[in-house]
Amino acid sequence: MHAAAPLIRIRQLNKAYRRGEQVIPVLTNLDLEVAPGEFVALMGPSGSGKSTLLNLIAGIDKPSGGTIEIGGVDIATLSEGELADWRAQNVGFVFQFYNLIPVLTAFENVELPLLLTGLSSRQRRERTAAVLDLVGLTDRVEHYPNELSGGQQQRVAIARALVSDPLLIVADEPTGDLDRVTGEEVLLLLEQLVDELGKTIVMVTHDPKAASHAHRMVHLEKGVLVDEVPA
Amino acid sequence: MFLLRLLLKNAFRHKLRTGLTLVGLVVAVCAFGLLRTIVDAWYAGVEASSSTRLVTRSATSLTFPLPLNYAQRIRGVDGVSAISWANWFGGIYITERNFFPQFAVDAASYLALYPEYVLPETEKLGFLRDRQGAVVGRKLADKFGWKVGDQIPLRGTIYPGTWNFTLRGIWDGVDAKTDESQMLFHWAFVNESLRKRLSGRSDYVGVYIVGINEPNNAALISQRVDAQFKNSLAETLTETEKAFQLSFVSMSEAILVAIQAVSLIIIIIIMAVMANTMTMTARERLAEYATLKALGFSPGFVVQLLFGESLLIALIGGVLGLVLTWPMASAFGAAAGTLFPVFQISGLTMALQVLAAAVVGVVAAVWPAWRMSRIDIVAGLRHVG
Repeated sequence: MHAAAPLIRIRQLNKAYRRGEQVIPVLTNLDLEVAPGEFVALMGPSGSGKSTLLNLIAGIDKPSGGTIEIGGVDIATLSEGELADWRAQNVGFVFQFYNLIPVLTAFENVELPLLLTGLSSRQRRERTAAVLDLVGLTDRVEHYPNELSGGQQQRVAIARALVSDPLLIVADEPTGDLDRVTGEEVLLLLEQLVDELGKTIVMVTHDPKAASHAHRMVHLEKGVLVDEVPA
Repeated sequence: MFLLRLLLKNAFRHKLRTGLTLVGLVVAVCAFGLLRTIVDAWYAGVEASSSTRLVTRSATSLTFPLPLNYAQRIRGVDGVSAISWANWFGGIYITERNFFPQFAVDAASYLALYPEYVLPETEKLGFLRDRQGAVVGRKLADKFGWKVGDQIPLRGTIYPGTWNFTLRGIWDGVDAKTDESQMLFHWAFVNESLRKRLSGRSDYVGVYIVGINEPNNAALISQRVDAQFKNSLAETLTETEKAFQLSFVSMSEAILVAIQAVSLIIIIIIMAVMANTMTMTARERLAEYATLKALGFSPGFVVQLLFGESLLIALIGGVLGLVLTWPMASAFGAAAGTLFPVFQISGLTMALQVLAAAVVGVVAAVWPAWRMSRIDIVAGLRHVG
C-alpha cells in the first residue's frame, strides 16, 4: 500500500438511478482512497457498480451523494463546464473499444486532447510524437484506426490518454477486446506508465489475470465495496 | 486548421451518402436559380423600361386603337418632348411556332425614343429610306439566320394578306437587359396598304410612346395627356412604360407566384433531405461525440462539428449548383428562343442560391447539433459496446 496522501478520496459515495417511480441504488455509502502512482483494479460481477464508480471518478457521471476528491478538488461540486475543463486537464481515458476517431490518423487521434491546451502547433506535434514513441508506434503514426490491429489501436488510445499528462488514467476493460497475448502487452504498457512515469491508474476489469498487474484489487458487489486486497 | 481537416474528413466519411446529398443539393440549387431566372425573365421588359417614356393607349382596352391625329395634340402637352407610335402587327413567319413580336412603328421618331437599340448608321439610314424595310434585334436574327438584305414574309392575322419586308438592319442592345427579339417596320407602309384595302382601319395607332424630359413629372404629364381626350370617343390612359409592361406581367402573375412557390418548395425539400443526412450522421457518431465530451471538449465543440460539416456540404452543393446553373440557363434560354427576350442569371439570384444553400446547411444541423450537445456521456459511450 502507498503511504502518500491519497490522490483520490471518496467518502460516503452514493449513486442511484431513477426508473419511473422506482429508485435503483447502484453504489451505496462507498469509501475508497487511491494513492498517487497507484494502480488499482476494480473488480466485481456485472451490475456490481464498478463501471459506475469508474465513471464517477472520471467525472463523466454525477453522484447522488457523497464526495469525490481528486487532487484536492471535490468534483461532485463542479458544474458541467468546470467538469469538462477538469477532465481535459486531469483525466486520461482508455476504453474497451478504443473509441478512436476513425477519420483521424493515429497521430491526429493522439494530438486531439492537446487542442484543449494552449500549446502551439509545433509543441503539440512534438509531444504527440514523443508519446507515440513511448507506446512503440512511431512507424504507425499516419495509419488510420482501421489500418491498425486491436492492440495497436489500444496503444494509440493509451497514448491519447497520456498525451496531456493527466493526474489520473481511467481504463474501462482495456483488454476486453483483445486476445490474451495482446492484452498482456497492453497491461505491461499500463504498468510501465505507473512504474516509470508515476501515473495513477484505476482500471475496471473482469479478468483476474489482468487485475494481477495492478497494485491493489477492489471488489464490489451490489454497489458495496466488499474486499480490498493487494494484487 | 485541425478543425477544418476534421470537418472535411467527416463530410466525406460516407462518400455515397454525401455524394447523393450533394447531387440533391446541386439539383435543388440549380432548379432554384433557374426558376428565379424564369421569373426575372418575365419581368425583363419591366426592368428594361425607361423612366423617360410614357405609353398612351385607349382607356377602354389595348385592343381599341387611337386616332392618328392625337399625335399632334399630345406633342403640344406641356412636358412632352417627343412622340412616336406603334401598332402590334401579330404576323406569322412561316408557321405559328415561330412567334416573335412585330411592331409597325413611326420609324424615325421610334428609334429616337429607343436609344438602347444600337443600329449602325448605314443600316439605320437604309431602313428609314426603304418603306418596305425592317429592322430586327440580334437575338431574333440569329435565331432565324437572317442577314441584312434578306426577305422576310409575314402572314398577317390582324392585317390580312402576306406582307414582305426587306431586312435593312440588325440592332444590338446597349446592355444585357435590352430586348433583341423584336421586329420593327414602317407604320406608314402598313397604313398605306390599309388605306387602299380597308380604309376604315387606316390612320389608327395601337399605342403612343411619349418622350418626357423630367421623369419626376411623369404622373402629372400623364394626367395632362389624358385630360386632352376626356369625354371624347377615344379616351386615353397614359402610364409609365414600366407600369405598361407590368400590366402584361400581372396577367400571368398566378403562374409567377406558382413558379416562386415551387422554387421555395424545392429548397424546403432539400432542407429535409439534408436534415435527415445530418441526423443519421449524428446518430452514427454518438459514441464519438461522447468520447470527445469525455476528453473534455465542450458541447459547443460538438455543435461546431455538426454545423461546420453541414455547412460545408451545403456550400459545396450550393457552389456546384450555382456553377451548373450557367450552362443550364444558357441551354434553357436558347430552347425558349424569343419567348424570353432576356434570359440572364442575375447577381441577386446567384447570391440567393448561395444563401439558400447556407440556410439549408444551418437549418439541417440545428436538431442533431442540439441533440448531440446534450448527450449523456455515459450513455453515449455505452453506445459503442
